[in-house]
Amino acid sequence: MQKQAIFQSKLLPYALVAPQLAIVLVFFYWPALQAMIQSFLLQDAFGLSTSFVWFENYIDLFKEPAYFEAILRTFFFSFAIAVSSLSFALLLAVMADKPLRGSMLYRTLLIWPYAVAPPVVGVLWIFMLHPSLGVLSRYLRALGVDWNPLLDGDQAAALIILAAAWKQISYNFLFFLAGLQSIPKSVLEAAAIDGARPMRRFWTVTFPLLSPTIFFLLVVNIVYAFFDTFGIIDTMTRGGPGKSTETLVYKVYTDGLLGGNLGSSAAQSVILMIMVIVLTGIQFRFVERKVTY
Amino acid sequence: MANVTLRNVRKTYPGGFEAIKGVDVDVGDGQFCVLVGPSGCGKSTLLRMVAGLETVTGGEIDIGGRVVNGIEPADRDIAMVFQNYALYPHMSVYNNMAYGLRNRGMAEAEIKTRVEEAARVLELSAMLDRKPRQLSGGQRQRVAMGRAIVRQPKVFLFDEPLSNLDAKLRIAMRVEIRRLQRRLNTTSIYVTHDQLEAMTLADILVVMNGGQVEQVGNPLAIYEKPATTFVASFIGAPPMNLMSTRPEEIRSQLAGSAAADAGVLGIRPEDFVITDQTPDGGVALPLTVEAIERVGAETFVYGSREQEEKHVAATPGELPPGEIIVRIPGTEAPAIGARIRVAARPAKLHLFSGDGRKRLEA
Repeated sequence: MQKQAIFQSKLLPYALVAPQLAIVLVFFYWPALQAMIQSFLLQDAFGLSTSFVWFENYIDLFKEPAYFEAILRTFFFSFAIAVSSLSFALLLAVMADKPLRGSMLYRTLLIWPYAVAPPVVGVLWIFMLHPSLGVLSRYLRALGVDWNPLLDGDQAAALIILAAAWKQISYNFLFFLAGLQSIPKSVLEAAAIDGARPMRRFWTVTFPLLSPTIFFLLVVNIVYAFFDTFGIIDTMTRGGPGKSTETLVYKVYTDGLLGGNLGSSAAQSVILMIMVIVLTGIQFRFVERKVTY
Repeated sequence: MANVTLRNVRKTYPGGFEAIKGVDVDVGDGQFCVLVGPSGCGKSTLLRMVAGLETVTGGEIDIGGRVVNGIEPADRDIAMVFQNYALYPHMSVYNNMAYGLRNRGMAEAEIKTRVEEAARVLELSAMLDRKPRQLSGGQRQRVAMGRAIVRQPKVFLFDEPLSNLDAKLRIAMRVEIRRLQRRLNTTSIYVTHDQLEAMTLADILVVMNGGQVEQVGNPLAIYEKPATTFVASFIGAPPMNLMSTRPEEIRSQLAGSAAADAGVLGIRPEDFVITDQTPDGGVALPLTVEAIERVGAETFVYGSREQEEKHVAATPGELPPGEIIVRIPGTEAPAIGARIRVAARPAKLHLFSGDGRKRLEA
């Protein structure tokens, strides 16, 4: 599939990629560079004097127990969001893969949540599950659950995971459906003749053949849970109650923009950047090797 | 081992399309039955119905004295070899063959014995640890065969298993399949569109067209006495020459009562002889040589018949004045453009009704 386009002019290809490169440079490399520089600087509270402090911001960060808590919390959130969203999306995709009446409508509706912006997702769910306004909260209380995510940290965390996973289901669903449809029908028929019942057929044939898709989505979902949940957290809990929903990204925001500690905030974002680079590296390495079989 | 009986089997799709229009076939225990026909004739659909991969909308499928219409593929005690092999890409050759046995709860020791035996027979012993993508087309094909034989099923089903192989390998595998089937003596149903494969493999040949059976029988018997013009032109390569009996030139040469009703005359290319004499009761045709194909052992002469103007305007269903193919041994052939005369003996004439649906015996 290596296709090479031949251009008459040597300048034309550069001109064609220039707008994209400009966007990446201005909105990614430049701020990233700024963050890196900032992470080595220390400013006084009024921004009157700035001094170069080498790795002091990083060292302070690793001395702070709250930072480790945020790391653990972020890992837990990512894991919970990825697993719940992936498994539910897979279930939906397996069902949508069957020849059903109206399956086109069903598939289309399942894709909709992906078009909703994260802050809007947060608002939607808070309307349903707000302790005093939420529609669903009334039913939860009627069932005897002491539902108050504004005060209970675990409930707040559950709420964030629920909303974040819900939004990602659409994306995962699309990839799973495509993955399922790319499995040759005859392989499943052969398994049926070979005496494998539907559940066994799924776990011994379908699931292993989906593993490249699953791995790809796992990385994408973790990156999503790390970064794109900012909007959801900001609209739903603002990192609270206490710090119970403060993930690494949200901490960058609270420490830097609310707390005014720009140096530490920049150091945190540099660490996050390294994490993304590592995750992406792993993904490229495995995807190129086609992971499974 | 078992016989397979199809009784008035039908398949109508929800849209109303009739893919199989009532098929009756009886395959005896240990026999090798080949379903042959052009693409879209319903042969694969019929096979998949026997496998249980397609529902049966009419009639009965009987395997070993048990009607299997409503029975799951897994419980029919059949094994199938698919056109694209349908190997499990994530499993080794060993596991591909062992999978069906494990699903049935067989002990690992017994599985090992069976897989190794099958691998030995199919010369796969050295590649048991490989994944399907590391194998060549022919090796994959053999793994698919191995997966079928380890199960020791009552019936083997083959869905065009050789069509993805190159010509040389196809012939080798064809022989191998036949040898294996004879050895195991397992009832087999084999689908192909290749008439040569059909002729060489079949104990019973089923020629299908448009969802119906055109003719069932021993391959040579079908070759010698095709029941319809479809069978006549489908079985045999190059195909039988079919011509209308309306032109006076042909009508005058045909004698007997059957000849009077016949609308179509068929003569196989190898039954023509280039000669000036007309055998008693036979048919002779003057031809102009249009093309020559020499393939070594034999030569094909393509000739055109001279048509009188009035016969070109044919009645509906009448065959157009066609090309005649003559097959002669050796490489000696007339020159292109030469006018020759070919003749066939009366025993070599095939007469059919005008619509081509019925064979007439002279």
